[in-house]
Amino acid sequence: MDKKKIVEVKDISMTYHTFNGETEAIKDISFDVYEGEIVGIVGPSGCGKSTLLSIIAGLIKPSIGEVLVNGKNVTKPSKDIGYMFQRDQLFEWRTILQNVLLGLEIQGSIDRKTMEKAEKLLETYGLGDFKNSYPRQLSGGMRQRAALIRTLMVEPNLLLLDEPFSALDYQTRLAISDEIGLILKKEKKTALLVTHDISEAISLSDRIIVLTKRPARIKDIIKPELTCPDGVWSPIKCREAPEFRYYFNKIWKELDVHV
Amino acid sequence: MYNKPVSEEHIKYLERIRMRRRNILIAQVSILVVGLILWEVAARLKWIDSFITSNPSSIWKLFLEYARKGNLFYHVGISVFENVIGFVAGTGLGILVAIGLWWSDFWARVLDPYMVILNALPKTALAPIIIIWVGAGYSGIIVTAITVSIVVTILNMFISFKSVDEDKIRLLNTFGATKFQVLKKVVLPHSIPTMISTLKVNIGLSWVGVIVGEFLVSKAGIGYLIVYGGQVFKLDLVMMSVFILALICALMYKGISILENKVLKWNE
Ligand SMILES: Nc1ncnc2c1ncn2[C@@H]1O[C@H](COP(=O)(O)OP(=O)(O)OP(=O)(O)O)[C@@H](O)[C@H]1O
Ligand SMILES: [Mg+2]
Repeated sequence: MDKKKIVEVKDISMTYHTFNGETEAIKDISFDVYEGEIVGIVGPSGCGKSTLLSIIAGLIKPSIGEVLVNGKNVTKPSKDIGYMFQRDQLFEWRTILQNVLLGLEIQGSIDRKTMEKAEKLLETYGLGDFKNSYPRQLSGGMRQRAALIRTLMVEPNLLLLDEPFSALDYQTRLAISDEIGLILKKEKKTALLVTHDISEAISLSDRIIVLTKRPARIKDIIKPELTCPDGVWSPIKCREAPEFRYYFNKIWKELDVHV
Repeated sequence: MYNKPVSEEHIKYLERIRMRRRNILIAQVSILVVGLILWEVAARLKWIDSFITSNPSSIWKLFLEYARKGNLFYHVGISVFENVIGFVAGTGLGILVAIGLWWSDFWARVLDPYMVILNALPKTALAPIIIIWVGAGYSGIIVTAITVSIVVTILNMFISFKSVDEDKIRLLNTFGATKFQVLKKVVLPHSIPTMISTLKVNIGLSWVGVIVGEFLVSKAGIGYLIVYGGQVFKLDLVMMSVFILALICALMYKGISILENKVLKWNE
């Protein structure tokens, strides 16, 4: 692979200390993410997925190991990294436009050009008529789209998505994950996507990292080779690929879920 | 969103709601009117002794007299002034202290037991001490009013500051926000509803402080009129003062509600 490495995770381990004891969340994880890739992360619940993303984002420090983003050591949150949470975290007291401008406002870089860009992105992704509405007037899917635009506005070249669709109902979730997948590809973003939905991971990701239960280690890295119908890439169409079931079963077995 | 062509059923529904609202208002006004009439009649027919119960017509007469002479507005003005300074300062200082506690987790924990005890203590018990320390004038009364509302403001605001979703703060951190920006962009705006409800409560609490202060210092104000009326057994004066107090409280409460609707537009 001669593509540029965006993320290099080097032998990180993470242990949480609380008064009642210590929890080993992550153990000896290493992987790279290349430019333009969408990498899915799946693993049993509570295994340490959010912890892994927080470390890459520079929100917490690993106990051992280091993370490089764009070749630079991550020690604190950086402008190059955008984070999307499970719930959209739109601020209820701000209009959609004001919400979308939040990151720029913090960084003190709102001007004519960025305003125009915000309006254009809202327009492009179907929120143009809602820019002066408040979040509670929008549907779950629209809110999540606004949250994505808020992240894109600060022009990160790496996006960390922590189960961004899990608060949505199934239909909305299918539609919005398809849409967001297409947006990420169109804007040529590199992304790490944590999900507990195996189908979602297969349909959206170029590679999938499967984690063991806590403490999380890498169990396998899978590169799904899907032949999308009609030859056009779209997450929702990829679900119809003949190979889909094979990857689904493979990951399902590796996750080793006992009910 | 409302559908434009409104159905027959919906019109009936709206009509029912309107009727109900009107009936509630009629009942509310009737209670007041009937109460006042009964009071007046009972006093005239000597069912009750109007020396100790007073009666609406003499209260009204006294009101006109005080209003004509102008000293009514003097007394009301002083009390309202003390009250407004009291609840604005009580709320403002309370919020500042709460911000301090939010900023420093260490001090929040250190001061926690003191806050709990101060909150449980009836603050009016401190009024004599405050008046001795600060002085037997407006300042003593205002400080008493502040004391009554500040502790509960600190506690309410601190709880509200702490209830901000952790992920909202993390979101700001991913944008590189400073602690001051976190305060300004999420913690304070998130707490505006609590601020307004605290303000509402504080108006009432501040009145407690003002009236108690005036009882003790007795130079001017509504509390002074009440104490004075009680001492010379002029129940008309006492009752009039209480009515005026009730009216002013109602007006202030209404004012805050209007403010609330303006500020919390997004919450509709
Ligand atoms: N701040 C913290 N302090 C102590 N322990 C923590 C903290 N955050 C997470 N943990 C523990 O670390 C483990 C991994 O948590 P994490 O949130 O990373 O898992 P996850 O894979 O994202 O879980 P989920 O599937 O529920 O989202 C859990 O056992 C959790 O209890
Ligand atoms: Mg998680």
